[in-house]
Amino acid sequence: MKNRSLMLKLLSALIVFGAWEIAGHIPISYAFPTFLESMAALARMTFDGTIFVAYAETLRPLVVGVAISAVLGIGLGLWIGLSKGFEWLFAPIFIVMQAAPLAALIPILVMIYGIGLTSKVFVVCIMAMPVIVLNTASAVRNTPASLKEMATSFMAADRDVLLKIILPAASPVIFSGLRLGVSAGFIGAILSELKITPTGVGDIITYSRSIADYPSMYAAIFSIILLAVLFLNLLEALENMLFEGNNRGYVSD
Amino acid sequence: MTLFGYKLPALSSLLLWAMVWELVGQLQLTFFVPPFSEVMTTLVSLLPTPAFLQALSVTAAAFGTGVFFAIVIGIPVGILMGKSRILDELLLPWVNIFLSAPLTALVPVLMVLFGFGARTVIITTSLFAIWIIILNARAGVRQINRSLVEMARSFGASPLDAFFKVYFWAALPEILGGVRIGVIRAVKGVIIGQLLISIVGFGALFELYSSKFLMAEFWAVLIVLFGLAFALSEFLAYLEGKVSYYASSRG
Amino acid sequence: MSQIKPDARHVTSATDSAVSVRNVSKVYGDVQALKDLTLDFPRGELTSLLGPSGCGKTTLLKIIAGLLPATSGEVLINGKAVSGPGPDRSFVFQDFALMPWASVIRNVAFGLELRGVAKSEREAVAEKYIAAVGLAGFEQKFPHQLSGGMRQRVGLARALSVNAEVLLLDEPFSAVDEQTRRKFQEDMLELVQKEKKTFIFVTHSIEEAVYVSDQIAILLPRPSRVSEIIRPSSFRDKGVDNIRRDPEYLDIVDGIWASLRSYVE
Repeated sequence: MKNRSLMLKLLSALIVFGAWEIAGHIPISYAFPTFLESMAALARMTFDGTIFVAYAETLRPLVVGVAISAVLGIGLGLWIGLSKGFEWLFAPIFIVMQAAPLAALIPILVMIYGIGLTSKVFVVCIMAMPVIVLNTASAVRNTPASLKEMATSFMAADRDVLLKIILPAASPVIFSGLRLGVSAGFIGAILSELKITPTGVGDIITYSRSIADYPSMYAAIFSIILLAVLFLNLLEALENMLFEGNNRGYVSD
Repeated sequence: MTLFGYKLPALSSLLLWAMVWELVGQLQLTFFVPPFSEVMTTLVSLLPTPAFLQALSVTAAAFGTGVFFAIVIGIPVGILMGKSRILDELLLPWVNIFLSAPLTALVPVLMVLFGFGARTVIITTSLFAIWIIILNARAGVRQINRSLVEMARSFGASPLDAFFKVYFWAALPEILGGVRIGVIRAVKGVIIGQLLISIVGFGALFELYSSKFLMAEFWAVLIVLFGLAFALSEFLAYLEGKVSYYASSRG
Repeated sequence: MSQIKPDARHVTSATDSAVSVRNVSKVYGDVQALKDLTLDFPRGELTSLLGPSGCGKTTLLKIIAGLLPATSGEVLINGKAVSGPGPDRSFVFQDFALMPWASVIRNVAFGLELRGVAKSEREAVAEKYIAAVGLAGFEQKFPHQLSGGMRQRVGLARALSVNAEVLLLDEPFSAVDEQTRRKFQEDMLELVQKEKKTFIFVTHSIEEAVYVSDQIAILLPRPSRVSEIIRPSSFRDKGVDNIRRDPEYLDIVDGIWASLRSYVE
């Protein structure tokens, strides 16, 4: 049975990449290289090291931005979840941010902070923060009342309730908020490299497009999507492993 | 939040933030933040201008078309995936990949393939919206009560009847949930597409304002855009709430 | 129908009460949940609070636990007024309230952990009570790996491990299946015998209340009050297998149903 699933996955990949290859051979557009050409370009960039240099550049604002968003976002989210007053004050901002096309802020950020790293970090932050804040806040608010009551009945101090009940109970949802934040952060990092200044992978994409080296362009895009998907899947697997019990612990039969 | 025994309405704190904004603007702390009142007057005078209306209609058209294709393709594909195991196994990995992939990276490809115009924006919008719609429609079909399906078969429903009279309706709450998230993603997609192309719709408008440092105009357009996006997502959440009784009747 | 029939034996046995509730009222907004309620809980016995849903029995239990403040009146534990949760009482929750991220032993030792008892010491105590509730060997398991009945045994062990004088049980068996429940009830009788603690037990099952209790307080709603106190006597010592066939047991069950019937929607 496990074999069948694996076979179908391979078959599915074969169909899609095969279609890509054939479409490239027809070709459907002068700007549509074949799958194999793109993979050859990717291999070339990997062997001459270009891709690693590019990723070192691209991942910098992503890592810094996600780290800032995680610390600030979880802090704010805890606060919003614990205090009604703070919820009233801050939650609407993040609720609106969650629904709004924040990419539209990029031109203003560029005006204020220029075209350097600061702007890019900012873009990653505004993309990643709302989901982290809102997930943390709702996780804190949804801590099972009976668990808090249980701790109170054993005379737990407020600090103990926060550290031993609320935080562990909220951590699965906080973690999945972080994962969604990283996902949004990837969008922000790439967007800022394409919109603000071409650096890193954005530079490969923009440059190879300008000299019509389409295989390299497709290879760079393929690699960044692959990287993002692999990393997010890894986070999800980690999440399932860490919080296995939490998800099923409340089901009473 | 209650104050002196009165319950403050949700989102009322935004008024307070508008006042803070006004104060920051009046103090002239930074050139980039004009007073809120100035932004609002600019907004009122900006709304009827042809440039704004044109950007709005171009964006609305691209957005509407993109969402239309995402829904019309996404829902049937999702339902079919929910019903057919082989189709599900072939497509699901790709749906999951594109759901979490940074689709922004695909916009340059779309630009070289489809040009710097509305088509690219429409496709970007669809790409942002479609995956979650597929996934939710699939989830909706997969959790349909078995006895409901057996009921339809026992009364002799043809496969087509079953599709339109049972599967679609039974999966409706999940489908609508997917459409709501899809639409919110589509709003982001249409703006990202326009920003990267930067010669159509709001993308062109932002480019113009930022090159001429028209801060009040910039903020005014941002407010309109954020307001519309928020209103849209609230409206869809309201619609979704109206059919949630379907879900409760499932037991 | 609802006239109060104070039981003569109740008055005499109240001389040694571990817990006394004096004129307690509780008002939520404009809903009167409890009105001027007075009740004594004899030391070393199990008292059930029995009544239809909405009669305020869980509210009363949480006021005794110190989890809810009373609007007026007071609760005395050994003559001392309650102002909040205390080491003299421990609570068993209807939905178990187990921490899903913690192993059985950490869950059971949690009350001691909050008191700052050293790890090795509290785990030794926890192990003892895990064995006492019949879960020896499950110390390192997690709540999601246990059945509903086993989870409530963990909740019970946790309440026992802090060695409180008074155990408060809020419909502890309502979330477990009928057969597990019967086993629990038998174990309860043994536990009351062995532990010499005062048990206050909230239930909505008439049979359960009559089966396990030394004293049953019937609570009636709107406004909530104690309508009757019953002390079953003759079948207590006949052994777990004979209680359910005892004529007095059956009479009391029928009598309670007759007085509660009209309150059930």
